[in-house]
Amino acid sequence: MSATAVTARPAARAPSPFRLAMGRFAARRAALLGLGLVALVVGAAVFARLIAPIGPTAADWSAIRLAPSAAHWFGTDEVGRDEFARVVFGARASLLAGVVSVLIASAIGVPAGILAGVAGGWTDAVLSRIVDAMLAIPFLILAIALAAFLGPNLRNAMIAIGITTAPVLMRVARAATLDVMTQDYIEAARALGNPPWRLALRHVVPNILPPLLVQSTLAIASAIIAEASLSFLGLGEQPPTPSWGAMLNAAQQFLTQSPWLATFPGLAIFITVLGFNLVGDGLRDALDPRRAGR
Amino acid sequence: MQGQGRIGARLAQAVPTILLLSVIVFGLQQLMPGDPALIIAGEAAGDPHVVAQIRAHLHLDAPIALQYLRWLWGVLHGNLGYSWRLDEPVTALVAQKLPVTLQLSAMAFLFAVVIGVPAGVISAVKRDTVWDFIANGVGLFGLSIPTFWLGIVLILVVSVDLGWLPPSGYVPLMQDPLRSLATTIMPAFVLGNAIAATFMRHTRSAMLSAMEQDYVRTARAKGLSEPRVVLRHALRNALIPVVTLGGLQLGTLLSGAVLTEQVFGVPGFGKLVVDSVFNRDYPVIQGVVLVTGALYIALNLLTDLLYVLINPRLRAA
Repeated sequence: MSATAVTARPAARAPSPFRLAMGRFAARRAALLGLGLVALVVGAAVFARLIAPIGPTAADWSAIRLAPSAAHWFGTDEVGRDEFARVVFGARASLLAGVVSVLIASAIGVPAGILAGVAGGWTDAVLSRIVDAMLAIPFLILAIALAAFLGPNLRNAMIAIGITTAPVLMRVARAATLDVMTQDYIEAARALGNPPWRLALRHVVPNILPPLLVQSTLAIASAIIAEASLSFLGLGEQPPTPSWGAMLNAAQQFLTQSPWLATFPGLAIFITVLGFNLVGDGLRDALDPRRAGR
Repeated sequence: MQGQGRIGARLAQAVPTILLLSVIVFGLQQLMPGDPALIIAGEAAGDPHVVAQIRAHLHLDAPIALQYLRWLWGVLHGNLGYSWRLDEPVTALVAQKLPVTLQLSAMAFLFAVVIGVPAGVISAVKRDTVWDFIANGVGLFGLSIPTFWLGIVLILVVSVDLGWLPPSGYVPLMQDPLRSLATTIMPAFVLGNAIAATFMRHTRSAMLSAMEQDYVRTARAKGLSEPRVVLRHALRNALIPVVTLGGLQLGTLLSGAVLTEQVFGVPGFGKLVVDSVFNRDYPVIQGVVLVTGALYIALNLLTDLLYVLINPRLRAA
């Protein structure tokens, strides 16, 4: 939007903070590159059938572990399935796991964090100790333990990653809530006789969204790595449905003869995670200009 | 005074945290689908006598709170239960595997500090130059690349193509230090890579704010050389928050160790967990989770202590 377009409007309203933030986001090349990478992966997941009509599970015993060629761009795997199709379809499991587990984490962590921040006192102390205890267990070890006790499949992997990510979002929500609670408008709203739940819903929630948005985007990146790790260990999506982690696990056996099998799924994870990390960094700089570039 | 109060408060927080940790670890068992007695019985699950015996032996019929207290009592006496698969005490298994993972983690930590901190300093001092750009790019690369994939790629290049280092295996440090280093240097680098990026980012951020402080301006005004200003005045202060970060990275290290050990065939803690998962050896999984959690809490208490020692403001107050 150019400056003249703004002044030409009769009402001459100042652009909203959201618009300003989006402008700052769009001005960052790295953030736009990240958005492009995310769009590429989302596009692959949505249009997988159009991009790779051959399908991810069609085995061809006459084409086992072929090197990349014009017919099979990424080569074929140990049962002759098209590696390109498997990488494209694998985007579904990764994105689904990234988004769903962060939704689960937000559903648990955000209300708990707001509750701790608004209520304070004992409620805060108890919730914070639970979070401390959960954060004490290494992320992946807790996720592995949960996935192991629940049983190995993609749904349980997402639950496990969601539960392990919840404490992180709880801490961010709590810190942001505490920050908001010291603001004058909260004091004013309280003085007007608003009950605590109304304070939380009407005044706290909208104001803690920016940091939560940043943290959630970065959490999607870690959740995608976590899902790939779990499925690499055999605790995620079960065969024959393709997932990048499981493909890398299978590729290990043929590392010397068929290195391409280990190359493309790994690149796919890298590109996806890099995309979300770049978008997360860009959002943070855009939403909190004081910290930009730090 | 303030420092002592801080440590006291942290100690008081650690006790309920460890207790809650034990509740979580015990609670894991309740998530298990099916009857644990049937799972332990294995092939003898058809025999109700055997199942009843197991149930009585493990007190599985007692109320859940009582089961927890009995388990906690055992844990407090160093009894983490028995491995269903190996029929060995979990404590012995943990004691056997932990040193391997600690060696790997310590080496990885060293890699991370040696790479991450200087990169962060250069990036901050040369802000918005090509150096800053490169350091940031490498940092983002480190954060986005999956540990196990980096391991696979390194094996492919360093071991298979170049033949410089063994692709897998482990030799204990005490047995043959040189060969031990040769087997652990690649996994340690892979493991250190992820937290090197975190160190780099935090050092950069802390250095940027330190460089704006009055004491740095004073140091410059006194006519000190730029390296002296950066290293003696800015970096010393910037490192304080980075030390705290170091303690918090233990979790990332242990998580990464699970994958790294799997890729490089290192027989440590991580491999123990994964093997136990596939053999449904639940007591071992619980033991490993409990020990890593307790280790993390203890290490962060130590870090807090260190924080008070190196931060003159807290020490003198």
